[in-house]
Amino acid sequence: MIHALGPNDFLYILSATQWTLLLSAFAIFGGALVAVIVVAIRMNPVRPLAWLAMGYVQFFQATPPLMQLFLVYYGGDYVGIRLEAWQAALIAFSLYSSAYLADIWTGCIAAVPRHQWEGSRALSFSEPLTLLLVIAPQALKISVPPTVGFLVQLIKTTSLASIIGYVELVRASQFINNSTLQPLLVYGFVACIYFALCWPLSLWARTLEVRLAKSSRRS
Amino acid sequence: MYQQIISFGWLPRALDELAAGAGLTIWLTAQAIVLGTLLAVIGAWAKTSGPKWLGIVFSVYVEIIRNTPFLLQLFFIFFGLPALGIYLQPDQAALLTMIINLSAYATEIIRAGIEAIPHGQSEAGLALGLGKLHVFLLIVLVPALQVIYPPLAGQYTMILLGSSLAAAISANELTSVANVIAAGNFRTLEVYLVVTLIYLVIVFVLRGLLALLYNLTIARSRDQRMRVL
Repeated sequence: MIHALGPNDFLYILSATQWTLLLSAFAIFGGALVAVIVVAIRMNPVRPLAWLAMGYVQFFQATPPLMQLFLVYYGGDYVGIRLEAWQAALIAFSLYSSAYLADIWTGCIAAVPRHQWEGSRALSFSEPLTLLLVIAPQALKISVPPTVGFLVQLIKTTSLASIIGYVELVRASQFINNSTLQPLLVYGFVACIYFALCWPLSLWARTLEVRLAKSSRRS
Repeated sequence: MYQQIISFGWLPRALDELAAGAGLTIWLTAQAIVLGTLLAVIGAWAKTSGPKWLGIVFSVYVEIIRNTPFLLQLFFIFFGLPALGIYLQPDQAALLTMIINLSAYATEIIRAGIEAIPHGQSEAGLALGLGKLHVFLLIVLVPALQVIYPPLAGQYTMILLGSSLAAAISANELTSVANVIAAGNFRTLEVYLVVTLIYLVIVFVLRGLLALLYNLTIARSRDQRMRVL
């Protein structure tokens, strides 16, 4: 039924923000867990295993996120698991995040000066212990701005879940648009919500980056 | 519980459609790269050395596009513009969205590269009697390209991957073709596996070409060379 666009429609779209945020939060959390494992495999001395981790990162960065989502969603059937849209979205975006985060964090670990490794070795720290106690804390500091930057990318990417039927911001706005036929207002409103979510994060990432650049120049 | 069996028997008959879809994906991406980069150069010029009001316009444009999803931009253009009396075919709407999206990201990348060029360089150019446009293009933009080419190439890959979203408005690119084939033969997973592989090949060919272009023209020394992986 076509009806006039009213305040209830905007409230409905606004309330769908929680599903976008929940999916993003769980996906970045799941992604971070997997990314730690991928980074660990990437850094281990057994070369073929390290290549496997690199291949994993490359795969997710060189294929469309939509295809990754479809493969998870429809792939479940073939192993006998019927995945709900939200489950498929959560798995696909966690894997997607893990690849990007693993790439970012590997770069951050590599950015810690070599002599930190050498110094720890001279103090007879084992390699895993060096990584954990000496390198990781320094890498963590460098990794915050790009990780926040990736979170913005992830929030935007979760909009793809609407294509397999998960009701988040974009899907909710499609419902409203289909019954009110006011695309400019409806999609404009959703764009404002996304902007309100992402812009502060983008600004924060930029501020952190500037602050980090200043502190590294000082030291 | 019945188990489906993986089968690729449909593939030979679908090759023509897949090739046409891949062709359109590549064509859309190529157009978006050329036009989007041109727009981005104008944006970067406006933000660094153009008139102030134009710089502000581009800043707002860049922030809006970079902080909203591509899919929403696509819907806004495809479903929203007809409300303003502008009717676009799905392919045209996809191309327009890709240009708009890419140019916003590329503006920021090129601007950062331009700002990394020491000011004395453009002053030297002016002192030699070159026009402002020549100074911008030859003395600022070309050296900046050396620094910004790798992130720019990464952004080109992103827009190629983003083009798959055009399936949501049924443009005839690769993902839409895949949807149609899968709807016809119910070999959903197999179709998407094949198409993912095609994307992978296109991305690596694009990266290879971009790296080759860089290594042949811009890279000055051996260790500056760009690698595909």
